[in-house]
Amino acid sequence: MIDVLYFAWVRERVGLPRERIETEAATVADLVAELRVREARYDAAFSDTSALRVALDKELSSFDASLKGVREVAFFPPMTGG
Amino acid sequence: MDVRVQSELFDAGAELTRFSLASEGAGAVVSFTGLVRDVSGGLSVMEIEHYPGMTEKAIADILAQAQSRWDLSNAMVIHRFGPLKPGDQIMMVATAARHRAAAFASADFLMDYLKSRAPFWKKEVTGEGTGWVAAQDEDEAALKRW
Repeated sequence: MIDVLYFAWVRERVGLPRERIETEAATVADLVAELRVREARYDAAFSDTSALRVALDKELSSFDASLKGVREVAFFPPMTGG
Repeated sequence: MDVRVQSELFDAGAELTRFSLASEGAGAVVSFTGLVRDVSGGLSVMEIEHYPGMTEKAIADILAQAQSRWDLSNAMVIHRFGPLKPGDQIMMVATAARHRAAAFASADFLMDYLKSRAPFWKKEVTGEGTGWVAAQDEDEAALKRW
């Protein structure tokens, strides 16, 4: 089980801020592929991963990173702080 | 070192006074305050979303990097979230060092990194509609300066 969080327009497209997912995905990219075939709203949110960023357990990471031991995955657009 | 992520308004003047008094041994204090800019169509609200838990960690990491690069007597970051109005303060950075070069450079560094590496997202509600503020290529490019 893994907690998946969505922020900003990713949250709006998916339609919820967080969910718990049962997955065997080895990498972030595998998880994205799993989500995309689930439902159209995920496919819409993840259609262009170059426009997205991912954090694993609250650390910025990459789509080819392993999910081994990871408890929380967050997807969001590039950050606009300051 | 002080990191505050809050929805409440803050008083930049009072914060700067408090920060300066707490910066022992400093000969220079630099501060930056970011305000909500109005936009064409008229901004009614800027909604700032963030990632609780990661935000504090990311800002603390950015502050630690600044400390490792410059000899700072003190540094602080305040960043707001939630609904903000035009003219409201969004955030404030202050740095203190023995000499001004380190204080200026580290404040500039903190701003560049907060812009692209702290998990905040801005949504503008205007007379023309609602939209997320897109990150700019030059913001990412600015990190390469350091």
